[in-house]
Amino acid sequence: MTDDNAILLAASQTYDAHRRVASSAASEDHQAEYRALMRKWWFGAAVGVPTMILSYPWIFPVLRDLFPRGSQQLWALWALMGVASLAVIAYSGNQFFTGAWEALKHRSANMHTLIAIGTGTAWVYSTVALLFPWLFPAAEMTDVYYDVTVVVTALVVLGMALEAKARGRTSEAIEKLIGLQPKTARVVRHGQELEIPIDEVVGGDTVVVRPGAKVPVDGVIVEGSSALDESMITGESMPVTKGPGDEVIGATLNTTGAFRFRATRVGEETALATIIRMVGDAQASKVPIQRIVDRVSGYFTPAVVILAIAGFVIWYDFGPTPAFAYATIVAVTTLIIACPCALGMATPLALTTGVGLGATHGILIRSGDALQAAKKLDTIVLDKTGTITLGRPAVTDLIPAEGFDEAGLLAFAAGAERDSEHPLAAAVVEGAAERGLAPPAPDAFEAEPGHGVRATVGGRRVLVGKRVFLEAAGIEAEPLAETAARLADEGKTPVFVGIDGRAAGLLAIADPVKPDSREAIGALRKLGLSVVMITGDNRRTALAIARQVGIDRVLAEVLPQDKAHEVRKLQLEGRTVGMVGDGINDAPALAQADVGFAIGTGTDVAIEASDVTLISGSLRGVVAAVRISRATMRNVYQNLFGAFIYNGLGLPVALGVLYPFIGLLLSPILAAAAMSFSSVTVVGNANRLKRFRLQEAPA
Amino acid sequence: MTPDKLLVTLLGAALIIGVAWFFWFKRVPGVRAGIVSDGYQEAMILVKGGYTPDTIRVAAGRPVRLLFRREETAACSERVVLPDFGKSAELPTGTVVPIEFMPGEPGEHEFTCQMGMLRGRIVVEAA
Repeated sequence: MTDDNAILLAASQTYDAHRRVASSAASEDHQAEYRALMRKWWFGAAVGVPTMILSYPWIFPVLRDLFPRGSQQLWALWALMGVASLAVIAYSGNQFFTGAWEALKHRSANMHTLIAIGTGTAWVYSTVALLFPWLFPAAEMTDVYYDVTVVVTALVVLGMALEAKARGRTSEAIEKLIGLQPKTARVVRHGQELEIPIDEVVGGDTVVVRPGAKVPVDGVIVEGSSALDESMITGESMPVTKGPGDEVIGATLNTTGAFRFRATRVGEETALATIIRMVGDAQASKVPIQRIVDRVSGYFTPAVVILAIAGFVIWYDFGPTPAFAYATIVAVTTLIIACPCALGMATPLALTTGVGLGATHGILIRSGDALQAAKKLDTIVLDKTGTITLGRPAVTDLIPAEGFDEAGLLAFAAGAERDSEHPLAAAVVEGAAERGLAPPAPDAFEAEPGHGVRATVGGRRVLVGKRVFLEAAGIEAEPLAETAARLADEGKTPVFVGIDGRAAGLLAIADPVKPDSREAIGALRKLGLSVVMITGDNRRTALAIARQVGIDRVLAEVLPQDKAHEVRKLQLEGRTVGMVGDGINDAPALAQADVGFAIGTGTDVAIEASDVTLISGSLRGVVAAVRISRATMRNVYQNLFGAFIYNGLGLPVALGVLYPFIGLLLSPILAAAAMSFSSVTVVGNANRLKRFRLQEAPA
Repeated sequence: MTPDKLLVTLLGAALIIGVAWFFWFKRVPGVRAGIVSDGYQEAMILVKGGYTPDTIRVAAGRPVRLLFRREETAACSERVVLPDFGKSAELPTGTVVPIEFMPGEPGEHEFTCQMGMLRGRIVVEAA
């Protein structure tokens, strides 16, 4: 690590601590902003209703008599409205003017600019008409538009309030994750059990977890055992039983047992902290399509101002009389209907919601790029060992020959294998332990690499190994050959056991398929993905496993270093490839793939090579990840489409293109309602994603 | 065309040109980030209706720390994103939030609010 990197690392750690505080502060910000905007809305609405009515007194019989056109009373009434609407601008609408001014200082324009110019123009026009009516050639041009100023301000403020509330909801996922963190931990120090704040737990502490309590930090169980509900981190709903030597994850829930564990990762190093960090970064990243939108929205607001000016000129030159009034209304409507917000919010909100949805199901999507890429996948490559299978060889079958029983067969085999270092030997010893057998220690042990072991166990001569190994010792193994061949066809490794010169039976060792692999692979195929299995195993075993889980394309006997090359070959076939592997051995292949899924990595989520990290080991996570990315991208496109269509239709109508044909000209108030509605719709649509049901059968 | 119409047309055209020039043809030299004691290039950025300064010049190959201080409550600016460096941060009102990164090759990188409404530039210059 260079010095610079060391500085960056240290700084980023302090910053991360800060960021957790920031996230909850942001949520309070949302609340405060919502309340402030709602107050502004109520004031605007209270002034708006009478203003609307009194702007057109001639429509209402009683008012018509009280305030006849051209009368002193009407002038006084309108003057009062002018003052009231100025108050609305100053209180409810001040953010538009300050926002527009701040942006102007940066020589940029935003929604505030448009609303400020729009409402400001309506107010100035009305006030000039009221105070200096002789400036206007015709009396009908001196009507006031204070209602436009007030109602537009009120409606846009209401839209912003609803939006602030809904935006707060899109970031709920990360707050939920932060909320998972327990506040205190019970640790043993100087022989005493103390309850201390979680920040004071250090690596190496012995932590006590009582029934029903949360696991405070990550660690390894040293004493006791229990079933743990890890659903909040892994998305797996079934509790997992853990005992000494097993890893526990901070923030998971202990059920009924009690245990003690040694803290290994605390503070910002815990799995939960890492998850929160990853989710935050992903939510703030950009979907590639957003970069195009950004370019458009950079030009959008000034372009609307230009359109409004052009609209004014055209209506003034060619429009009906009173031309000045029409031209002003058209310009104001154009400024107000344009909604750069809908455009800007379309993708970030959907991304935030989609990534959050994944995180609450144990699926960590690294970035917007990963999400967009995952949507385009057409091929999924699954590593066999540890991905489709459990990755832990186990004794699956015991076939004793006549005169022997299962327990005896396994006990003697395990005794003979106890001192062997062969990976399959460990499976035999473990298999015996799981079945509660205590194999006697071998007296004499001798391994013949590649063939088998020879040992004396409990006074009996035991041979464990290949058929040829037993036959070389003069043991007749022929009767077991047929069974052995069948086991091999099932993808298992047959192991022959001979005791005291006789064939005692067969053990089958296999890496069992995960219980839900078949179902998940079926679901992937239903999603229209072609599924390929990749493995270093021999073709026969590979094909057997592939048959079991329903995969028809198998790449077998692939060396670990060649996996990335195989992925590349699939990409050259024109496929968009997702690779699912364990993230350590498969890192190059994960990096080569269009989307790398690291699976079953438990708490070790800091895997740089993967685009998507599945905390639980289940392949269903891949299905869920693909479905989430498709749903999120669909939402992004809907929002973008909506925003473009809205602006694309709204702007011309506001400019009055329909006027020559059907005499339709929008009122600025209607434009304000449409504008607020469009941004609230975008937010609402993004929030809809949260109700996306992962367990549902794909359509 | 009557004189008033001609006047409005000419004024309108002039205004359009003015708007286009004002918003689209700006070129600011920007502010050079200063070097602080721990070796970082540091710059303070005020977030209020935009980023001030909005163009930061930094030297390649030396870590940069941008200190964002947001002084408004408008939801628009609550997050700042540096897409090219994969960095982003929430900016609670009134708090200084540091963002750190290592500028590589000389070039230009944007930083924006999450919706891309507020924009700033980081100009990486050869060291």
